[in-house]
Amino acid sequence: MTVMEQRGAYKPTPPPAWQPRTDPAPLLPDAEPYRVLGTEAAAKADPELLRTLYAQLVKGRRYNTQATALTKQGRLAVYPSTTGQEACEVAAALVLKEQDWLFPSYRDTLAVVARGVDPVEALTLLRGDWHTGYDPYEHRVAPLCTPLATQLPHAVGLAHAARLKGDDVVALAMVGDGGTSEGDFHEALNFAAVWQAPVVFLVQNNGFAISVPLAKQTAAPSLAHKAVGYGMPGRLVDGNDAAAVHEVLADAVRHARAGGGPTLVEAITYRVDAHTNADDATRYRGDAEVETWREHDPIQLLERELTGRGLLDEAGIEAARQDAETMAAALREHMNQDPALDPMDLFAHVYAEPTPHLREQQDQLRAELAAEADTEPEGGTHR
Amino acid sequence: MTTVAVKPATMAQALTRALRDAMAADPAVHVMGEDVGTLGGVFRVTDGLAKEFGEDRCTDTPLAEAGILGTAVGMAMYGLRPVVEMQFDAFAYPAFEQLISHVARTRNRTRGKMPLPITIRVPYGGGIGGVEHHSDSSEAYYMATPGLHVVTPATVADAYGLLRAAIASDDPVVVLEPKRLYWSKDSWNPEEPAPVEPIGRAVVRRPGRSATLITYGPSVPVCMEAAEAARAEGWDLEVVDLRSLVPFDDETVCASVRRTGRAVVVHESGSFAGPGGEIAARITERCFHHLEAPVLRVAGFDIPYPPPMLERHHLPGVDRILDAVGRLQWEAES
Repeated sequence: MTVMEQRGAYKPTPPPAWQPRTDPAPLLPDAEPYRVLGTEAAAKADPELLRTLYAQLVKGRRYNTQATALTKQGRLAVYPSTTGQEACEVAAALVLKEQDWLFPSYRDTLAVVARGVDPVEALTLLRGDWHTGYDPYEHRVAPLCTPLATQLPHAVGLAHAARLKGDDVVALAMVGDGGTSEGDFHEALNFAAVWQAPVVFLVQNNGFAISVPLAKQTAAPSLAHKAVGYGMPGRLVDGNDAAAVHEVLADAVRHARAGGGPTLVEAITYRVDAHTNADDATRYRGDAEVETWREHDPIQLLERELTGRGLLDEAGIEAARQDAETMAAALREHMNQDPALDPMDLFAHVYAEPTPHLREQQDQLRAELAAEADTEPEGGTHR
Repeated sequence: MTTVAVKPATMAQALTRALRDAMAADPAVHVMGEDVGTLGGVFRVTDGLAKEFGEDRCTDTPLAEAGILGTAVGMAMYGLRPVVEMQFDAFAYPAFEQLISHVARTRNRTRGKMPLPITIRVPYGGGIGGVEHHSDSSEAYYMATPGLHVVTPATVADAYGLLRAAIASDDPVVVLEPKRLYWSKDSWNPEEPAPVEPIGRAVVRRPGRSATLITYGPSVPVCMEAAEAARAEGWDLEVVDLRSLVPFDDETVCASVRRTGRAVVVHESGSFAGPGGEIAARITERCFHHLEAPVLRVAGFDIPYPPPMLERHHLPGVDRILDAVGRLQWEAES
């Protein structure tokens, strides 16, 4: 007789019944990115919205080329271009209501401008003037965020706070494919889903995190698939199809506004330019790949749709171009003026009231500036 | 008139009352963190708040410090005044990117447009026999980050007053709570109205003439004990409790050192690149001609926090302080 038999037959206690907390099937993204342009869905799109998107895309492209040119003239310290990604930028801004909030990353200046922020103020950080040129509360746009994905929990917290106060506010937070590898991406999505916060996460998958391709960034089937693990819907969309991006984001915003909680939207797009003007993209990708994406250009896609359906003619195209030129000329003119910076501002906003030791350092700088002014040649100014 | 005997409150209870009073006074105050709701915090500092104010005002968050502080940033952007709890000193490190890249500098980078009134409560320091990652003295990291205020109470009344001031501040404040003093009691009567301490003022805990012990938080009671013991050696020691590390109260510290001519800085965290180095330098720059001896530091060793069975050798105790005081007889030696 074995020991077990002596003690009586061992009967394991069955574990408590397990059930999934959420049915994962409705959360899964579609197999193919959602498209509108060139499909039957386009017929249902609002022509006025399509024309607005088109005008904004043309303006956005011109903004990108102008800003890049300004880096060459030394007027901008750095510019991360969104050429090729304008559909995502413009749709993100246009889909929000006035009371909603936009949380941009450092690459999303164009979305900030499309939201209504003055183009020069939106470039304040990138020109090396003070870090945030605009008042975040004026257009409800958070400061451009340089650390990756750290603005996502801010969006969640703000949306959560607004809901606690009973306000009708949705936050839309933008992040790149590389940013999805950061811990803050995970924590933000998890908090948003647990709190059912009215947030939309827009991932612009533009293929590269500086030089690292998506395949080395993630092993997930798609970035949209990550949503399932948090218990929120994931949506895949063609990021160069402005009508599709707008529709998917509008759905997600409506869902959030109605109390349905967050959505993760992955827009598949491509960064046609280098990471910034300081980057050499030929080291990590070939011309053929870039060419394929140039042919899938967001402006061309929409232009073909609109002209094909008689919603846009040569005069309309020209008008959009003219409008963009006017914007670019104004931007050039303003950016060619040196900003007037007051060195004493270094201490002005570190705390509500400077600490005693900051006041001492303030006095030191004041004395240095006075001494400089005494030795300055006639007509000299502080820069 | 009858007097009712009032049970003295512990520091933890004073902190609870500060949170409750702040929440009652201002609906914008929200308490959040891991275990702060149903459990009342692992040190029971948030005990009863979820019941009294609801789970929307005292929220059990997912276990994620960067997420806790990062969402608090967004809540503060929308006009709330979040009070976050980092359960233990070393658990706060995952939140450092949010702390340094956003909490500390958002006011400055938005030219004053977007202040972030966030209070970050961090139970810190050793002496409770905690296992690794439960006993760090992390004050130097916070002090080295411009844009943060850093306070640390040593008495029950100060725990109340400083936490109220932190929550009322329009700037982010790190409140370092000496966890081995959580259960300490003093004469503070919790039924009496307690003063809200202005941030940035040190206090002379014990007047003396022969030398100044400059200290804060968990080392204050140790220094008081050392000052008593030093009387037998003929030393009349003054004890200055900093209470606020940022802003630093040069005035009170220097006035004391000018009176006594000798100073020892005492703290638990390591001495290399630690708070004592900064304090000694400030005293030397401002009071050089009044000094009879170099400013000495009595600190923890420059080691990762030791295991509980050895922490008594690491933490500065009365003997180590008295030894330093003895070394202040500089003239006699040289």
